[in-house]
Amino acid sequence: MELVLPEAIHAHLPVLVVLLPLFGGLLALFTGLIQRGGGFVAWLWSAIITGLILVCAASMLFEVHTTGEAMVYRLGSWPEQYGIGYSVDALNGYVILVVAIIGFLSTIYAKDSVMAEIARDRHHLFYSVWLLAIAGLIGITVTADTFNIYVLLEISSLTVYTLVALGGDRDRRALVASLKYLILGSIGATFILLGIGYLLMLTGTLNMNDMHEQLVRMHQSGELANNRTVFVSFALLMVGLSLKMALFPLHLWLPNAYTYAPSAVTALVAATATKVGVYMTFRFVFTIYGGVYDSSADLYFLGLCACAGVVISSMAAIRQMNVKKVLAYSSVGQIAYIVLGFSLANESGVTASVIHIFNHALIKGGMFMAVGAVALRAGGTKIEDFKGIGRKMPLTMAAFTVGGCGLIGVPLTAGFISKWYLVVGAMDEGYWGIAFIVLLGGVLALVYIWRLVEIIWFGKPDDPTKQVREAPLSMLIPMWILIGASVAFGVDAGWTADSAHAAAELLLEGGP
Amino acid sequence: MASPDRGRPGEQMSQQTLLRVVAKMTIPFILVFGVYVILHGEIGPGGGFQGGVILAAAFILYGLVFGADELRRRIPPPIIDACMALGALFYASVGLASLLRGGTFLDYGMLKPHHAGDGEALGMSLVEYGVGLTVCSVMVTIYLMISERRSTIRPGEEGL
Repeated sequence: MELVLPEAIHAHLPVLVVLLPLFGGLLALFTGLIQRGGGFVAWLWSAIITGLILVCAASMLFEVHTTGEAMVYRLGSWPEQYGIGYSVDALNGYVILVVAIIGFLSTIYAKDSVMAEIARDRHHLFYSVWLLAIAGLIGITVTADTFNIYVLLEISSLTVYTLVALGGDRDRRALVASLKYLILGSIGATFILLGIGYLLMLTGTLNMNDMHEQLVRMHQSGELANNRTVFVSFALLMVGLSLKMALFPLHLWLPNAYTYAPSAVTALVAATATKVGVYMTFRFVFTIYGGVYDSSADLYFLGLCACAGVVISSMAAIRQMNVKKVLAYSSVGQIAYIVLGFSLANESGVTASVIHIFNHALIKGGMFMAVGAVALRAGGTKIEDFKGIGRKMPLTMAAFTVGGCGLIGVPLTAGFISKWYLVVGAMDEGYWGIAFIVLLGGVLALVYIWRLVEIIWFGKPDDPTKQVREAPLSMLIPMWILIGASVAFGVDAGWTADSAHAAAELLLEGGP
Repeated sequence: MASPDRGRPGEQMSQQTLLRVVAKMTIPFILVFGVYVILHGEIGPGGGFQGGVILAAAFILYGLVFGADELRRRIPPPIIDACMALGALFYASVGLASLLRGGTFLDYGMLKPHHAGDGEALGMSLVEYGVGLTVCSVMVTIYLMISERRSTIRPGEEGL
């Protein structure tokens, strides 16, 4: 009975990135048995686990880029048609890396924030659910099986609802926000499940590549010409996915969930959960339906929703009196940019989408971290709490301001690179209107960011005697790593642009 | 709001001899049947989920008759929490064991490389035991949470 250790651990990397947080999350529950300092142990454990995930994710993307081939892993050694296959290629390797980076940095950041915002006896639960949420998000990204996507989507959604509800220790409106998110999220998941069910009915398989091959075969033999099933499955999937990624008319769960969630949760969820939703949409639209079903007319509809989303949610952001809510509405607008990019279905457009997944995760993650630091030191995130706070927390607010420039799309920030590709993509198709809307979105972002910047740096605090200190280093370091990276990738976009190009080429291989 | 005279839920039930005797007599049989369904799940109808629910039914019956506080005293919530995690960990560990023995994750055949069939049967059974433990403890937790009377709204705070 000797243990045969795997020859090289790298063959197991695709499953390890899911197993690590899964085991880690379950084991984190046991830190509740430690009488004193259990919260710290739970945090340390989560930091180690997320650090290991980051190493695994980085080495996977490195391997995919060096070999130029997808890493495939079959659970239980079943053939892909019957069992669950995990596969990592240039696209999902990149998304996994985004989730892993944000997961690690926001875990580091969570230490002080969670201490202040969540009751002591719930820290082990918090970190357990936190790691399981990361397991779900990475799992959705790594799997090549559509039903497995649904299962992991439920894991990540249920854990995120819980994480949002844990904000109830600080503000009880978190519970209502979480319930609303739960109801809408479950409706979205049901639509996705129905869509997958219709696809299964049509193709008899759950594996993505196999599904695609079956659809191509049926398309070539003319079976799909007037097939309602394929149309209905596409429609159901698009509605469900739009809910999950908070595309404009279906975004209503997002602002309150982001606003009342604990600060660390907002940083993690805002930077990853909707991005993973976008990734799923890529997979369904391009990998499964690509080149089979003429979806360009329906993508046009998504583009229309996205255009409306950019303008309307940016205008809503201008009116908000809570800084977290401003950023939440801004997130709806930024997701709309991402959707707008791939709905163009040309190379620049899809590249813009893929690159903005990364850039927006950096910028929004960093900005929500800065707001969380204010919540910790000044006790709230209302506009009044921010009056003149720039003089008291200069490093935090400098990070916030630089991040804001990224949202506007100022040159030399990462936001500029994304918008550049997006405008180029729109011009390639001759859609001048879309290019105009992108620029209009930038102007609106300037309005809501400038309003905050003015209050932060030039406002007079209501209570000048109030003592507010700079944020602790454990918050400043992850915040500045994200914001610094967003500037670094704005100055030299070589690495992100190459990765995004590789991913976009992979997606457009079949042609929509 | 219930008036305080009514007492805690289950208090009156626990004073009725008939209920007490019948519950005490049936609970062992329910437990045995639950274990049977879990053990049998690999080759016949049943399995970890169904068996786990039946096991939980025994605990919930105990809680209904003797009061949730009594149930909480018999199996303290930290232990139920630990069982929830242990069941899921057990499942995942079976998968990990096959990975460490040179197969892929959840490749049960590798548990007994010379008799892959036996290994698969073993793996499936072990996984069902894990599911049973988790499902049972989750069901009991849900019951305990619903029967909890403590309001989570702290003094001085407005209800929603």
